[in-house]
Amino acid sequence: MDRRDLGKKIEYLKRRTGEPLKLMEVCGTHTAGIYKSGIRDILSPTIRLISGPGCPVCVTPASYIDKCAEYALAPAHTIMCFGDMLKVPGKDRSLSEVRAEGGRAEMIYSPFEVLERAMSEPKRMFIVAAVGFETTVPAYALLLEELIERKIENVKLLTALKSAVPAIGRICEEDDIADGFLCPGHVSVVTGSAVYEPLAARYGKPFVVAGFEAEHLTNAIFELARLSEIARDRRRDGNLRNADKAHGGLVLNLYGEAVSARGNVRAQSAMRKYFEADSVEWRGLGALDASGFYLREEYLRFDAGSRDLAPDDSMPDGCRCADVVMGRVNPVDCPLFGVSCAPGDARGPCMVSAEGACGIVYENMSAHGE
Amino acid sequence: MCVAYPGKTLSIEGRMAKVDFNGNVIDVNIGVVDVKVGDYVLVHAGCAIEAMSKEKADSILEIFEDMI
Amino acid sequence: MKENAKKITQAHGAGGRDSAELMRDVFGKHFSNNILDKLEDGAVLPWNVAARPVVSTDSFVVKPIEFRGGDIGKLSVCGTVNDLLMMGAIPKYLTCGFVLEEGLEIATLERVVASMAATARAAGVLIVAGDTKVIESSAKANEGGGGLLIGASGIGSLRDGATPSASNARPGDAVVVSGNLGDHHACILSARMGIENDIASDCAILRETTDSLLDNGIDVHVMRDVTRGGLGTVLNEIAALSDVTVELSEIDIPVNAGVAAFCGVMGLDPLYMGNEGKMIAIVPKEQAARAVNLMRATDTGRNARVIGEILLPSERDRNLVAMKTKVGGTRRINALFGEGLPRIC
Repeated sequence: MDRRDLGKKIEYLKRRTGEPLKLMEVCGTHTAGIYKSGIRDILSPTIRLISGPGCPVCVTPASYIDKCAEYALAPAHTIMCFGDMLKVPGKDRSLSEVRAEGGRAEMIYSPFEVLERAMSEPKRMFIVAAVGFETTVPAYALLLEELIERKIENVKLLTALKSAVPAIGRICEEDDIADGFLCPGHVSVVTGSAVYEPLAARYGKPFVVAGFEAEHLTNAIFELARLSEIARDRRRDGNLRNADKAHGGLVLNLYGEAVSARGNVRAQSAMRKYFEADSVEWRGLGALDASGFYLREEYLRFDAGSRDLAPDDSMPDGCRCADVVMGRVNPVDCPLFGVSCAPGDARGPCMVSAEGACGIVYENMSAHGE
Repeated sequence: MCVAYPGKTLSIEGRMAKVDFNGNVIDVNIGVVDVKVGDYVLVHAGCAIEAMSKEKADSILEIFEDMI
Repeated sequence: MKENAKKITQAHGAGGRDSAELMRDVFGKHFSNNILDKLEDGAVLPWNVAARPVVSTDSFVVKPIEFRGGDIGKLSVCGTVNDLLMMGAIPKYLTCGFVLEEGLEIATLERVVASMAATARAAGVLIVAGDTKVIESSAKANEGGGGLLIGASGIGSLRDGATPSASNARPGDAVVVSGNLGDHHACILSARMGIENDIASDCAILRETTDSLLDNGIDVHVMRDVTRGGLGTVLNEIAALSDVTVELSEIDIPVNAGVAAFCGVMGLDPLYMGNEGKMIAIVPKEQAARAVNLMRATDTGRNARVIGEILLPSERDRNLVAMKTKVGGTRRINALFGEGLPRIC
């Protein structure tokens, strides 16, 4: 990218006037990247960035953590999970605390690490805490392929896998939440950028797929602001009825290094082979059709009870995580925020994760105010 | 939503490859990408989710000259 | 007994013949000096304390116990001695307590002890008292057992006129870091996660660097080694203790390219990665360039550079640590929360 060009874009973002714009970054890694880069700080007050439901940990129910804890404490069982999951509280404790009680929860970087562990201790059952969005699902599909080929029987998956696209669709249904969407870069690597076309056509709003470095994010926010203005004008002109024409050019892929229109077709077919999409409950968004991935019937012997988890209705009194996930309120508008809910002692899911909107805002509240 | 990082494929054995991330060599499953030795891959949680050229990998990382 | 002699057993901690053998063949052999060799219950130090004595104590737990660039023995001396140095003290004596797990290879123990002795010699300190206990192995099946923990204390005397303190940072000071961040943390995590690389721990005695600053008349307001919790955590401590604001510059934060890639893959931030041979010095701005040059002339300060400055406490957030970013925004830098684990999201 041309540096001078970027300088001009930064100037525009600083000085933009006119009608306020609300732009949603769906992906938690984007939220974190935006804070790290300090971009929020330079944006004109007419551009507001809001965070969406893009943190797998935040949308994972407490009953899931409790089930993991149960397995970690069961004789001859070990939970294998990503570092992110260890400190997420369940109903009354986190896996980190369960470990202190003698439970077995091992941190992994990659699901494939379970293969060697399972072969070295064939009498122990290894439960993979399989959380994630489209980006991570292919890894679990490939893990299953290895398990079957190597005839490893002492590994099961406890899945809480979600599809980001239906969640974005759900948010689009409420017209006043966001004027445009910054789409998750690494989810889009797998799904392809074309998955946003139907949404753009239906709602007449722009979708920009972006990378994660400061320059990429700055450029993407500039383009999204520009497209959001165009889209708003078109919607007002009544072109919405004439959606096919109106949505032309509203999906912009700025992460072409890794994202194609069709996505990774091999990854998609590996996912389809082992998993089926079905309705799943999201914290804050309710049950969404085809937004969860579950093991197909013929592979259920590898499932550790993923469909039997109780839906999560036990949000703490006053907690506004549900509205935060929807982008309806800012984290600071929640009465618990910073009062009885903070990263060290989180009440709601959005405060728990390094990627949760509340946690990120809390960690980054600057002298300039939020 | 997900951390992923590009690296260079050093060697391939079946579905697994050794991938070099600026001196850090990690075993990566390449079951859903088409790569040969020398190609770059974008890796998330030990799984290559896309293959790409060196130029694209560099562009993802946005190399800053002052970060030596 | 021959086979067992190669590994630590409960007998080595029982105070009988096996204990005596271990004392003689491992600890005595490497740590030998006039004070320790007397084998008394306490060390009588030939030291007329004129200046104020400075004491520091630390415990060391690391897996693996031997890693590229060091081991737990070297680490224990570096950690304890560096803490004294950061106070402006001249380190003199160390004591150490070893807690050995059953099953520890005696050859491993001897390597650790020898490395500890060599590091102490290089740092100019004497190990004057020690103790050993043996505990049952706490290891989980996959971790192999045979661990080793070290507790160490150090004592030294405060240099004349030197009063660096974490509460002495003043508006107008510059923040200087002695080199690249995150090497130790990346090295240990790589070993634990089976990632091949050539990242070595930066584990080192910082004496040459601190001596160079103090001997050459730099008015050092604060010195801190940047250990657990990383730069972000250390600067937050200083900001609170000195009641100031700290402003860093993102492009000036030095990180080795391999460590940066490691952090990228693992979702970690070099600002929160632990180091064992890095320090920050906070000095008056007009002395900053000279301080950097002095540090760069030492082995442990070769990549020294100014990374930020100390400002008056800001109105809204008195002890903010912030960083000017590449795109011209500001990022708040908090103390590390939690454990700094690799993450996928």
